[in-house]
Order: sequence, then C-alpha cells, then structure tokens
Amino acid sequence: MTERAGPSTEGRDSPTAWDRVKMARHPERPHFLDYLDELTTEFIELHGDRSFGDDRALIGGLAKLGERTVLVLGHQKGNNTRENITRNFGMARPEGYRKAERLLRHAAKFGIPVVTLIDTPGAEPGIGSEERGQATAIAESLLTMAGLDVPIVAVVIGEGGSGGALAIGLADRILMLENAIYAVASPEACAAILWKDTAKAADAAATMRITAAELARFGIVDEVIAEPRPAHEQPRETIKAVGAAITRHLSLLEAIFPRADASAATRLRDARYAKFRHIGAWRDDVAQAHGLEAFALSNS
Amino acid sequence: MRGFFHRHGKFQPLPTDEERPNQHIPEDMWVKCPKCQELLYSKELQHNARVCPKCNYHFRLRARERIALLADDGSFTEWDTDLQPEDPLNFADGSGPYTRKLQQTQAKSGESEALITGIARLDGRPLVLVVADFDFLGASMGSVFGEKLVRAAERCAEQGVPLLTVSASGGARMHEGLFSLMQMAKTVAALDRLGRARVPHLAVLTDPCYGGVTASYATVADVIIAEPGALIGFAGPRVIEQITKQKLPDGFQTAEFLLAHGMIDVIVERTSLRGMVLSLLDHYARAGGRADRFGSAPAETAERETGSLIAVGSETGRD
Repeated sequence: MTERAGPSTEGRDSPTAWDRVKMARHPERPHFLDYLDELTTEFIELHGDRSFGDDRALIGGLAKLGERTVLVLGHQKGNNTRENITRNFGMARPEGYRKAERLLRHAAKFGIPVVTLIDTPGAEPGIGSEERGQATAIAESLLTMAGLDVPIVAVVIGEGGSGGALAIGLADRILMLENAIYAVASPEACAAILWKDTAKAADAAATMRITAAELARFGIVDEVIAEPRPAHEQPRETIKAVGAAITRHLSLLEAIFPRADASAATRLRDARYAKFRHIGAWRDDVAQAHGLEAFALSNS
Repeated sequence: MRGFFHRHGKFQPLPTDEERPNQHIPEDMWVKCPKCQELLYSKELQHNARVCPKCNYHFRLRARERIALLADDGSFTEWDTDLQPEDPLNFADGSGPYTRKLQQTQAKSGESEALITGIARLDGRPLVLVVADFDFLGASMGSVFGEKLVRAAERCAEQGVPLLTVSASGGARMHEGLFSLMQMAKTVAALDRLGRARVPHLAVLTDPCYGGVTASYATVADVIIAEPGALIGFAGPRVIEQITKQKLPDGFQTAEFLLAHGMIDVIVERTSLRGMVLSLLDHYARAGGRADRFGSAPAETAERETGSLIAVGSETGRD
C-alpha cells in the first residue's frame, strides 16, 4: 500500500527544508563549470541551437571524465552579479533546451554517455521565451532523452527548479546532493499560489518534500550524495564525491547495457521507461476490491 | 475550407440538461458571452458546441461535453475509472489538507480525477480519447492524470489505435510535489514509445493550457491543433509581467500568437474539429504502414481490431 511521508524524523539540529533551500541557492556553492574544471579534462564547449542563438544559462560539450568521453550538459549560475546577468541566473531559454536536445542526439550518434548537472531556479519566464516556444523546447528535450540509446546520469547539484530542471533530468540514474532541492515549483511560487502569501515560503518548502532524503524515500531519487559539510564550505570534496558517484553509476550502466551487445540500446530505453513508468502515487479501487496489491508508490 | 471538414457530418450536438442530468451544465436560460457581452439563449449555445454564434468565442467545455461532441453516440467506453488520487506528501496549505480539497473537488465536479480516458468511435473508426477536465483542480497533472494517460498511450501502441489528447491545464499539481513533475517525464516517455510504434498522436490545446502540461505530452504530438483564442503557454501572463516588468504584447499567448510563431500546426474551430480529426486519420490511413489499423476501415474490421481494447475498457470501466 501507499507509504506516507510522515513528519520529519530527523533530529532537532538537522537543517530544515528552508535551510536546505538557502544552501542550495548559496552564491558560493560550486556551479556546473566548477565541476567541469575539477572533474574533467579536454572540455570542448559546443555552442548554439543551430536555429536562434546560444544560451549561456544551459551549456554543454564533450569532456573527458576519467578514462571516458562524456557529453556534459548543465545549467550555469553566475558567481557574481555580472556573471549572473550573462548566465541569466541559470534560467535557460528555449534555445538552451534546443541546444541540449541537439547535443543529446550528438551523444547518441557516437555512443557517448551523457552526464547532466541540474542547477536552475527554473526555465526563464519571459516574452521572448514564450514567443520561441519554451514549453515545446522542454517537451522535445524530454522526448529525446526518453528515446536516447546511451546511458544518462543526472545529478541535482543545487536547485532543481521545476520543468526547467527536469528538461535535462529524464535520466537512467537521478542523483542528488544532500543539500540540493528538487521541486515542482519554487517554494515562493507555491506559497503565493496556495497560501496567497509569499512569506509562507518556508512552510511551503517543508510541505512540498523537496529535500534529497525525502525524494530518495519516495523512490524518485536513486542516490543521495552526502555533504558532510555544506558544499559552499567544502567545494572540492563535494565535487569529488559527485564525480565518484557519476563514474560509479556510468560503470554500472555500461556493465548492464554493454555497447557491444546489440540488444543493449533497446533494453536501456525499456529500463528507463520502466523507471519513470512506476513513479506516482495512486489507489486502484478495483485492485483493492480483489485483494490485489495496488500499484502504489514507486519502488516502495 | 470550413465546409470541407463538414463532409464527415457535423459535430455531435451537445446534450442539454434534461438529457444529461448528472453533468454540470449552466442551468440559466440565458448566458452572457464574456467576449461580446451578447445575451445568448443557453440551449442555442449548447447546440452550437458552446461557441458564441455572434462573435465565435469558444466557451470552456467540460471533459464529458468534449467527448460527447467528438464521439459517435454511445460509443465511448471509459477506462481506469477506479484510479483514485493519493496524498503522498501529507500535503496541506493555507486552505487545509489536500485530501479534503480532493473530496470537495470530486463532489463538486462529479469526476474522480482531472483526466478522462477511454476508447470511442468517430464515424465508426476507433480512436482513444484522453481529455482533461479544467473544473477538477484546474486539470492539474498529478499521479492519476499521468498514470491514466500512460495506460491509454500504451494501449494505443499495442493495438495501433490513434490517440487524441484534448488539454486544458494550469500545469503540474503542486499538492503532489515532485510526483507531479515526474508525470511530465512519464507521459512523454510513453509517447516516445507510441511514436516508435508509428501510431499517430493528435493534440488539441484548449483554453487555458499552461506549465507542465504544455511542456510535456501536449506538445509532443504529430499534429498540434488549438482552438481559436485559447491561451497557451509555459509561464502564466501575470508571472511574466511581474518578473519582467514589461507590458505584454496584444494577443500574447493566444492560439493565433502561437500559430504566427510556428508553435502549432493549425487552429480549428470547435465545430470543425471532428471533421478535421477524421480527415487527418484518412491521410495517415492512405499513407499505408500500420495505417490499415486506424484508417477508414469498415466497422466490422475495426471491431475485430479493437476487440481487445474494448474488453480492457469493460473490464475496468464502471459501466
């Protein structure tokens, strides 16, 4: 039956959901390019969506991670105001998602595994973004990820803000740093809509179950990467832990779905489908009436 | 051109109050058109598919009204009516717990969830209908919404029956948190498989269609149709105005705006939608491939081909 997420069982001293929101958004928290610098070599950024422009908030390219070439994609927040203006605070526009989609296909063409690092307040809300089809761009990125026949590992390293985050998050493995958050809407937006009061953002954050631990309990997040100290206090150690987790999951995926195996691509797609297919919480009255186990919370 | 789509016969007139007592339909004799302010006789409006005969304003439709408009009389078999929403987060907001809100919404709307799915016939041809009901929490997409859609898409892929989705939605349902966001991935993944099976998915976007629905299954379609004047977008207009402090251009996020920006295939008036869908299905049928499955096959062939689908429906359906 359905498992309920009761009140937090964590100790009094453990950070609240709102504390985690602040840590996830901390300006000194390492960002995508910090991870690239530390973990990869021979990074070649591939620019542009071949249609309109080159988004600076969502970037990607080929890089060497350990012994592997991987296609890396990630949201990039700035480390200061000027950079944030260039990077649009990590809020991608349609051309960003179309670039991501193009690079995903590029990776599949050459059998290159994909690593995505998620860190965005959300997709940009704006007149231009609407004119250029923000919704369609996100949907098409999701579609390409669903059908991609190379392994995909996604890591939420900071803020996992709604559809703009998910757009590069339809992966075989979803990992999350301990102090990262992942939410259907920002706590502020949720508070404004459901509480009619943005001051209730902290309450909303707790109620929305946006922390890594809660999402792992729900079976949505596959692994929580520990932050013995918050990432902004210990950036290098955090980045190294993320790198190790990515490499471990890529190796596992490659072992289960070896490139030499002709059926691997189909099996990989099927496994990815099965993963998302089971995410949801519902009750089936007919199944219950027949004493059958209802399809309930995923993996629980 | 408008007449062209009528060759399959006009849309089905919507039932009036007496014919469909359980469904909420405005009981007033007269309805004021919000666009042209004209007072309309409600029966006349109902017989015109709830389109203002004076100014062509398309009133919002309930899901069952939409189904009645499209499907051959009595041909709709509903699926998965026993799927009930859960409250995985123990969610409560300023107005109380989610479970209470669900009960109230179910009682008020007469529906158990925001999405109605099933198989119907259009001019004798089988078609799977997936229709969102905006009166149920703004047709927000939560777990049941996603699950129903995915089950419908899987049956379409299995049986080669085309899929028609009709969407209106405020986006993902916040009360179910990340479960709701993940329905975007789940529904798109199911449509990826439907696409690989080369079964058509036609999407109709109606007023209003936003957020997680527009950014997932509703725009992953072979043909995207919108109703005239429908507001469609990713972020809501107020949010954009607040954040950008810019004045929104005239007609921003209307179907006509989306058409001009290349985001949808075609705008179709409600009274022509049925004919348009049938014409599209004819085209795919003529093109061959798996088309014999979903083309203008004689009724008996269609019966045989979808026999198992209809069985699925009666197995789990209430009626």
